Amino acid sequence: MQYEDIFQNPNLIKRRSVMKKQCTKQYSKTWSPYLQNSQIFCKARVLSLVAATETPPTMAETICRTLRDGGLDGEHAPALVIKDSVASPFGLDVFSHVLTKLSNYILAGKSQSRGLVVVAFRRSPSFYVNLLKERGIDVNHKWVRILDCYTDPFDWKERLNVKEHSQEASTLSSFCKDVRDLDKLYSSIVELGKGLIGQEKGRFSVAIDLVSEMLRHASISSVANLISNLRSHDQVSSIFWLLHSDLHEVRVSTVLEYLSSMVASLEPINATTIGQKGDLENLSLLEQNFRKGKFHVRFKRRNGRVRVMCEELHVELSGINFTSVSSEDGIINQRFLPKVQFSLQLSEKEQTERAKVVLPFEHQGNGKPIQIYDGRRSISENKNEETLVSTGKLQTDEDTGKGEIIYFRDSDDEMPDSDEDPDDDLDI
Amino acid sequence: MNDNQSLNLLDRALGLDQQSRTWPLSGRVVLIEDSVETTASFVLHHLIKRSLSSNSSNVIVFVAFANPFSHYDRVLRKLGCNLVTQRDNNRFFFLDMLMLQCPDGDEGKSEVGLVSLYEKIRKTISLLPEDKKSHVTVMIDDISLVEVAANGASDYVLDFLHYCHALTSEFGCSLVTLNHKDIYSNTEMPTFILQMEYLADILVKAEPLATGLAADVHGQLTVLNKATSLALGSSRNKVHNFHFKVKENSVEYFYPGSRG
Repeated sequence: MQYEDIFQNPNLIKRRSVMKKQCTKQYSKTWSPYLQNSQIFCKARVLSLVAATETPPTMAETICRTLRDGGLDGEHAPALVIKDSVASPFGLDVFSHVLTKLSNYILAGKSQSRGLVVVAFRRSPSFYVNLLKERGIDVNHKWVRILDCYTDPFDWKERLNVKEHSQEASTLSSFCKDVRDLDKLYSSIVELGKGLIGQEKGRFSVAIDLVSEMLRHASISSVANLISNLRSHDQVSSIFWLLHSDLHEVRVSTVLEYLSSMVASLEPINATTIGQKGDLENLSLLEQNFRKGKFHVRFKRRNGRVRVMCEELHVELSGINFTSVSSEDGIINQRFLPKVQFSLQLSEKEQTERAKVVLPFEHQGNGKPIQIYDGRRSISENKNEETLVSTGKLQTDEDTGKGEIIYFRDSDDEMPDSDEDPDDDLDI
Repeated sequence: MNDNQSLNLLDRALGLDQQSRTWPLSGRVVLIEDSVETTASFVLHHLIKRSLSSNSSNVIVFVAFANPFSHYDRVLRKLGCNLVTQRDNNRFFFLDMLMLQCPDGDEGKSEVGLVSLYEKIRKTISLLPEDKKSHVTVMIDDISLVEVAANGASDYVLDFLHYCHALTSEFGCSLVTLNHKDIYSNTEMPTFILQMEYLADILVKAEPLATGLAADVHGQLTVLNKATSLALGSSRNKVHNFHFKVKENSVEYFYPGSRG
């Protein structure tokens, strides 16, 4: 018989298709309980992932809550430094995010602090007023003051006799005419804060939008001194500031990290060298870095315990969003979950059927001698298979409903009991 | 208006295709970075031309450190824009700073020259009628030469740039500056250029092709367009990349691989 003829022989084709059908039937009967079981397991895992991502607050939220809760009497106020770099320049977005959250807490009376002093170096006071208004926060002089280090930080306008435009923000802000004098800066911050809470016993929070700008004109020791003084001031509830870490030596940012109880650093998703002549691959990485970044947070507890966590930050039209890194899979799974076509529940019948299945290679302990399959076929088995093949009928215990695993040896498998040495052809 | 059709890739990258009543760059800072191999002054020329186009009411305050008026006049004439007429119409103010040399010597003296330059810019803007003030573009054609004029006191230049930035929030005008990236490439910490990049809302980088010189492509532009939260409605943070070829009377912009 020609080789092709084997495949075209109608008898053989028919027999093969019958066998295939029966095998499939048997297979699904035997294995479907396990499959369903594993689906349940998958579902449980997905649900637990989803639950894990939904219940605990994001790290940004935790940061804001810590700032909200403030410090204990006689202790340093909680401090947060937000670090970014040119490769992941979302520092101001995170700063604005924290600022908005904290403002909400203050206005709702949920926070320890009663007011907020914003020290504006990088953006104009009107920027912050607009920002808060855009997010639906009522901006008034009762709870927020802005120290304007933006409009005329080096006294140029004063020298030129420039009249300031009266803006809406000007009722909330007061000018700092010389940012180089940090002692004066400190006293104006404290003064503004005290003006907010009045004679009552209360505390205020301080937000400095760019410490890097301060460091341009003052030494690190004096800046550290200013921040440290603010932290230990008994009327300061919490303090946070922004730093462009790549503008300074490592030493500088380390000093500022020592002064803080929380460090939030923004890092690019992909480490690219921006200075490189960009090829297209680099460009797509750049684009990714421009839309999202890694958000590392280091919490330092009072007892010295340090916890580092990582989230992903997405820049969107309405602001920024944080997603925990592990939740990425969870969200994907959740999205695909409704599309699953099979039922994830087991009916009672299915459960009893599953219980009856004899697992392959499992010792049943029913009194029969234990037979471990050693690759050889016994004569009876051989016979059995022959009859199966010739009649094309599977003999299963339909009455008892017992499942069985059928195994057909491939015809081209070597007979296990041949006397030949299987490694005969090895040339060692 | 056929203006819409003539918008090229650069215009789109800069967001000039947006339909808004105000100048799309209003209140924003544009930084153009180039290098010796690939000069990006054509981007500056392009922005002058766009700002002074007939259907906008923009005013340009041009602070020239690199080239005299006659140079820009000749270049823009080829692009179809007459700077002399625009100057006479009070739409183009040219501040010639080619000879600016801040007094040498004591610490703090070089600040004086920059303060007076700031005063000049400010005065020019404040003398404009009220409705024109928000349509001003301040252009500085070479920041590295400002540093030279300030005797290398880059801190004062940053102070100066800060005050220019403050103009954008005070009047809602826009600031366009050009600097050369490669002069800072050897320093360990290129703080100055990084500071400028932090200030910028839109960063235009002109680079030679990574594959080397080519006859049909003169270089590539990468435009990083950051949107502040104030400019809601526009799409946030986009990166555009395309090639360009500078011709005699125009510049061609095209996507990599779509030409030549």
